[in-house]
Amino acid sequence: MEGQSVEELLAKAEQGEAEKLQRITVLKELELEFDLGNLLASDRNPPTGLRCAGPTPEAELRALARDNTQLLINQLWQLPTERVEEAIVARLPEPTTRLPREKPLPRPRPLTRWQQFARLKGIRSKKKTNLVWDEVSGQWRRRWGYQRARDDTKEWLIEVPGNADPLEDQFAKRIQAKKERVAKNELNRLRNLARAHKMQLPSGAGLHPTGHQSKEELGRAMQVAKVSTASVGRFQERLPKEKAPRGSGKKRKFQPLFGDFAAEKKNQLELLRIMNSKKPQLDVTRATNKQMREEDQEEAAKRRKMSQKGKRKGGRQGLGGKRKGGPPSQGGKRKGGLGGKMNTGPPGFGGKRKGGQRPGGKRRK
Amino acid sequence: MDALDRVVKPKTKRAKRFLEKREPKLNENIKNAMLIKGGNANATVTQVLKDVYALKKPYSVLYKKKNITRPFEDQTSLEFFSKKSDCSLFMFGSHNKKRPNNLVIGRMYDYHVLDMIELGIENFVSLKDIKNSKCPEGTKPMLIFAGDDFDVTEDYRRLKSLLIDFFRGPTVSNIRLAGLEYVLHFTALNGKIYFRSYKLLLKKSGCRTPRIELEEMGPSLDLVLRRTHLASDDLYKLSMKMPKALKPKKKKNISHDTFGTTYGRIHMQKQDLSKLQTRKMKGLKKRPAERITEDQEKKSKRIKKN
Repeated sequence: MEGQSVEELLAKAEQGEAEKLQRITVLKELELEFDLGNLLASDRNPPTGLRCAGPTPEAELRALARDNTQLLINQLWQLPTERVEEAIVARLPEPTTRLPREKPLPRPRPLTRWQQFARLKGIRSKKKTNLVWDEVSGQWRRRWGYQRARDDTKEWLIEVPGNADPLEDQFAKRIQAKKERVAKNELNRLRNLARAHKMQLPSGAGLHPTGHQSKEELGRAMQVAKVSTASVGRFQERLPKEKAPRGSGKKRKFQPLFGDFAAEKKNQLELLRIMNSKKPQLDVTRATNKQMREEDQEEAAKRRKMSQKGKRKGGRQGLGGKRKGGPPSQGGKRKGGLGGKMNTGPPGFGGKRKGGQRPGGKRRK
Repeated sequence: MDALDRVVKPKTKRAKRFLEKREPKLNENIKNAMLIKGGNANATVTQVLKDVYALKKPYSVLYKKKNITRPFEDQTSLEFFSKKSDCSLFMFGSHNKKRPNNLVIGRMYDYHVLDMIELGIENFVSLKDIKNSKCPEGTKPMLIFAGDDFDVTEDYRRLKSLLIDFFRGPTVSNIRLAGLEYVLHFTALNGKIYFRSYKLLLKKSGCRTPRIELEEMGPSLDLVLRRTHLASDDLYKLSMKMPKALKPKKKKNISHDTFGTTYGRIHMQKQDLSKLQTRKMKGLKKRPAERITEDQEKKSKRIKKN
């Protein structure tokens, strides 16, 4: 009997506990991710219940919100608490979500000239009192500033020193000296500031304030800076391995208006002949260059893809093999296109190859 | 122009403090938000801005007049405002036929626009439409993001980060448990984002943790993602850079087991074990006769090996 009652009691207690816990437990497929420092919870479960809810899912949204909030509160209530003036306060951990800053990191300022000197000599500042006893006025006055203790310029009697000109105005001399001191101080302050901000400010034209630019933009800014000297960049030295900028000559060249009449006549007649002829005129060198460039681009794209996949070694050899097979296949392709002009194809093609700056030639070597 | 501003020396201590507050620091200030109306803002959008202002008091500024700008085309006026009022978060509301009830939410880095996301408002229920008691202003809200969409695309991830940044409020180390009053719940579903805010009611459950009941309190918005202007990856990385001083310091020479045991490492100098001071058991001491026999045995062993 007793055993039974004990068992019953235990069972009842368990049931009671389970009921209590039921009120605050929430079942979820995926656990939520908590960032208690920010009071944040992320629920990764797909909202299947909501999808079938229809246009106004208010009740389902509220149920979902209630469940998620319950889980977050459960987590928060497990934090260590302390009592602060009648209120129970939980200590939050550091926020884990990384959010961008609003301003860039503070840069360390360079030392001023005085600070450098003091550091060098080991001079440390002594603590001085704000007020000094002034004999003349018989009261405590500031050490510096408005109505200070020993103000040179405010004396009513100045003895003329022996070596000075008797007609010189000593009062004006002192005021002048003070003005010069103030101006010098201001100049030094501005110089220190300029030195500090030279590190921080980007120099004007062409450079973006946040310091983020592509290589081309930076290159352009550098070129513009080079040319903006008094001699328009003629005497600017280049770095040891720097190449001359491309395309920095005249953009278009025009023939003089009236000069060579024979040449002009020849050009105009040639133009008329081409316009009259029925057969299409094809500039073979230009066509072959265009084709070669297209194929180069395709190969570069393929190479990029292959290097992304990680098959670098195999790719290079394969491409090399493809390359060598290139020109004969190009010649073969051309037959259909060019019609009667095939004879001029390979020699012109080869000639262009030798002379030109083709990157393909370089790569083979 | 910036150089000129900095050269002007503040003449009063108050001005100096004002400038120091706006300088870049290691531990930053709480981000302020500016709420701007566009040239053609309608009643809905204006009410949304007012509600967000109420939620984010006192860390926000509501501009009363309309400003005729287009954030996605020209960001200079936004940057100027941000510099003047030292706000790094902004919300811009406008309305036109092509984009009705438009809301552009964004943040700044170094007074230049970092991210901007345009959202369209579909349903809006204002604070004043729901008649019940509200929580006091300045309380830190709890934020909950539901739905797996928030991790799938880059747009949604940035939007989540932007919303956290916008609504989180000041970072505190302690929080009064009874003061957790309201929760902002964002659900991403079928391309829409449902923003609801609820007031928290703590009910008794049998144990220490209370049972939660929610009551709809505040603005509720149904948002649709429109255009985005996200920062490039390297600019974003630059803005996320944490100074070394703030990085959590690693405790060296402490390791943890899977079972929960903590192990520590002590580094010692090399010890000469023959000179160790140990306990001497007098009974185990060798008598001289035994020592002689031992020596002889050792010698014989050596001869055998050789």
